[in-house]
This record gives sequence, C-alpha cells and structure tokens, in this order.
Amino acid sequence: MTQSESGPAKPGTSLWARVQSSAIEQLHIRLESLIVLLVLGAIMSVLSPYFLSVSNFMNIFLATATIGVLAIAATFILGSGGLDLSLGSVMGFAGVVGAWVAVTAGLPTGIAVVATIGAGALAGFVNGIIITRAFVPAFIVTLGMLGIARGLALVINNGAAIYGLPPAMVYLGQGRPMGIPMPVIIFIGTAIVMHILLAYTRYGRHTLAIGDSENAARTAGINVSRLRLSLYTLSGALAGLAGLIFATRVNAGDPTAGLTYELTAITAAIIGGTNLFGGRASILGTMIGALIMGVLQNGLNLLAVQSYYQQMAIGAVLILAVFIDQWQVRKESRV
Amino acid sequence: MTLLKISKVSKAFGPVSVLHGVDMSVDRGEVVGLVGDNGAGKSTLMKIVTGMYTADAGEITLDGQNILDDNPGERRRMGIEMIYQDLALARQQDVSANIFLGREPQRKVLGMNFVDRATMRREAQAMIDRLGARLPAINRPVGSFSGGQQQSVAIARALTFDPKLVIMDEPTAALAVREVQGVLDLIRQLKSEGIGVILISHRLNDVLSVTDRIVVLNHGRAAANLTTTETNMTEVVSAIVGSADMDHAAAHEARG
Repeated sequence: MTQSESGPAKPGTSLWARVQSSAIEQLHIRLESLIVLLVLGAIMSVLSPYFLSVSNFMNIFLATATIGVLAIAATFILGSGGLDLSLGSVMGFAGVVGAWVAVTAGLPTGIAVVATIGAGALAGFVNGIIITRAFVPAFIVTLGMLGIARGLALVINNGAAIYGLPPAMVYLGQGRPMGIPMPVIIFIGTAIVMHILLAYTRYGRHTLAIGDSENAARTAGINVSRLRLSLYTLSGALAGLAGLIFATRVNAGDPTAGLTYELTAITAAIIGGTNLFGGRASILGTMIGALIMGVLQNGLNLLAVQSYYQQMAIGAVLILAVFIDQWQVRKESRV
Repeated sequence: MTLLKISKVSKAFGPVSVLHGVDMSVDRGEVVGLVGDNGAGKSTLMKIVTGMYTADAGEITLDGQNILDDNPGERRRMGIEMIYQDLALARQQDVSANIFLGREPQRKVLGMNFVDRATMRREAQAMIDRLGARLPAINRPVGSFSGGQQQSVAIARALTFDPKLVIMDEPTAALAVREVQGVLDLIRQLKSEGIGVILISHRLNDVLSVTDRIVVLNHGRAAANLTTTETNMTEVVSAIVGSADMDHAAAHEARG
C-alpha cells in the first residue's frame, strides 16, 4: 500500500548510527551524553589527582542524590509534556514539615517520614488539580506553587530552621550501611524503580504518549487528565523524598533548602536526553545527566574554581545539551 | 443486520448548533459514505460515535446496546475504531507503541504487570505484513515516515483488535493514485469480512465506487440517504449543495 524501500538495515547506515539507535532502544539513553560524561571524567582525572578515587566517587553520588531525585521527577513531568517549576520549593517545604512533625510535634520517625513525602505529594496534587481541572497552564501553576511552598516553609517556623532530628531519622541522611551513604542507596533505589516504571509499564508508556501527542493518547482511550494529575502528585512526592534526604543529611528542616534546585534538576533531565517538549524521556539518561552535573561541580571544586564560575558552567552545559539535541532531531528529520 | 444505529443525535458548541437530530445506520459488512460540505457536521458526528465528544440529545447503539455513556477507551474495546484525518499518531514513538497505544499486552513478573514488548513487536510486524505495507523499520519513530507509511500505521492500529466498525475520515485525501486504490481495496476487504465501514470523503468518485449507501449531511441534518447503485454524481452533489445551481457543480465533479 505504500512505496519506498523495505528492510531494517539501509545500506548507508553507519556503525555509529546503528550503535546509537540500539543504545536508545535497549537502554533508552543517548550515546552522546554517556561520552560527555566519560570525557569529562577523563579530563577531571588528568587535572586533579584526587578525582579518581572510590571515596571521591562516593562524594559525587552523595552530592548528586538530592538533585538526582528531583531530576527523576522532572524527567516524568517533562516526558509527559508538562513542567514543574515548584520542585525545589516543595522539597524545602517538605523538609520543614518533616522536621516540624519529628521535633516540634515529637511524633515517631515513621510518621515524620510519611509526613515529609506526603507534604510533597499534597503540593503536587494541588498543582495537578489546578492544571487538569481549572486548565491553568502548568508553567503558571507551578510557578505560583514555587512561591506558595517556599512561603509555607518559612511560615511554619517563622523563617528559622528546625534542628535536632531524632537519630533514627538522621540515619536516613548520614548512615553508611556497608560504607555506602544512605542518600546514595535511596537515590539509586528510587532511580531503579522509576526506570522500570517509565520504560516497562503502561503507566510509563502512556506518560510519554501524552507528552508526544495528547490527541493521539486521548483517541486511544487514555484518561489524559487523570494521568496528568497522578504525574504531578508523583513529582511532588519525589520532591518530598528529596526534601527528606536533604533534611536528614544536614540534620535540620531548613526553609531555604532546595532554592533554584528545580533548574538544576530540569537541566540534568534535558542533558540526559529528555525532550523539553515531551514524548521522549529516560531515567538512565537522566542519571547520566545528573552525574555530568555532579562531576562538573565536583571537579571544579577539586580545582578550587569559584562557585560563581560553576554556575556559569552549568548554564552553558544546559544550552549546549539542548543545542546538540535539536541538532540531532533536525538531522534525523531531514530524510 | 443493524450494527450501528444513530438516532436523533443533536450537538451544539455554545450558541453554534452543529447537528440537528441526525439519523444514520450501518449494517454488518456495509460500507456507508458520509459526505457533505465543510462544516456540515461529519467529523463532529463521528467524534460523538467514538466518544471524543458528548451528544446533547439522541441515542447511539452498537449491536442494540446503548454506548453513549461509555468513554472512548470502552468504545474501542467494544469494536469501534476510527482512522482520523490527522492520523492521531504519537510521532516520537515507534510503530508497535502506536499500534498498541492504550492496549499494550502485559505479562506478570513477580505479581506486577509489565508491558510485553516482544509480543507487541511481533504482532505489530504481523499486522503490517498482513496489510502489505512496507515500512523502513518497525522500531523507528513514526514521525520519520512518509505520509503514506504513517497512514499504514494508523490503519494497522485500527484493524489489530478485530473491530466491528471502522470509521475513516478522509483516508485518501493525502495519498498518491496507487495508494488510493490500496485504501479502496482495503475497504472492500473489510466489507467481505463483515466489518461495517463509514467513509468520510470529499472525493465523490471514491465514495461512489466503494460504498453501498451514501448519507449526505447538510447543515447538520441528514439531507439524503441514497443507495449507491441507484444514484449518480448529480444526485449526490445536489444533496450536498442543496440548491439550484447544482448542475454546474455536478458537471465539475463528473469531470474530475
């Protein structure tokens, strides 16, 4: 019924293109980002003798854990064609709620943990309800929530941090079972679960489908608004988890925690190959994106580069990543 | 035997009334052409049948069962498929993902449901082969395909789950001459398998050559219900235009 050539392997297909496409198909990652990570690591290990060591790698993972969990949330939301600018604020809000429940209210650690993640999920649920029921654009709703959640975090304890979390809670941030920091274990565990959810379940496939074409998803019988609502709730819950990691690591519910983290998280997701406009996303890619940011920050720290320059480097990497992505897409569509 | 029965369906978008009590029916193995000018209400009526729009009044039954309370997903499961004019494909997803979108086969691992990608790929390939469509590769994003190839994917999606009724909205509008014949052959094949088909088209030659009946919509009313073997281009055009200057219009269509 249609013309054009058949067969999967076109004669002109280069080895690079074939390796690239099988990497995307099997691992859901773009090879470029992996290469950037390796090259960056090689450069850093040449420049600094301290870079190549197990303890430094552990440091990189530890420093990446909070941003990494937020980046996983950003991956789901961007993949669905949405946007969540409130990630960092919700993370700070959730951390303060957790500390308040554990310290000020004096409730058991289990309840405090649930309250932290629950506070994040609630904020995400409110985002989702307004976006799907009142049809206010996600950009506006989550921008508003960025202000509201930060304000709430400050209001709870009059702008002061809440110190002195119970030891069981602090263990979540500072414990080191088998020498591995707890935040790293939580981060890797979350990434594995979320990778399976995104790549191998109907939920994940439908998430990418609504980001790709909401119309196609709706005609296929997918309940788009219910899925969006659950995605924003999931995003909030992950921000709550990031807040839990952060608060237990510094042993305080700090109302300024997570300031501008949403931008770093979104950057990590995009560097990892998530399409800014939805339809394509992978957790493995995001992990690589988050590690690129982590290695960059860690390496610049080891080289004693001022943090102002680090911010500039991260901004430049974001623009570069989107440029490479757009360039790839344009190259592919020029068939 | 009546498959789909549309009775007195009305629809308004705010103050704009689009459909006024439309009646229409499709039997098993019957091909019904739905024609009319732009804005006559063809697409609106079909979107009410698939559940994308709700009806303000009226009744629609499939095999005698009222379907107006079912959502689009439930109506697909009951066997109503539509191939949209814009194809409604997810362009960054591959062929099998599009064909199985919303109905992915699952397999249980440790009590949890995972999408069975091997089965998806195998059955998608089988469906593409059955249609005789030639695609560059089944694991490529459909957005990289040509228009005709994308249409093959949309058709495969509609036919994979044994539909009872297939609605096609302008399936031949963007196709080359040879591809048009392919679509018309496909419609005849569906008919022979006892599947009901509704064909929306502006290409009256296609409609006259493949349908059993032609329903003409004019300003949201079913203006005519013609048996194809007993009608001709002039009658169809006059029902569409609904005015006296139809001779000129009919002569033009007959030439084309």
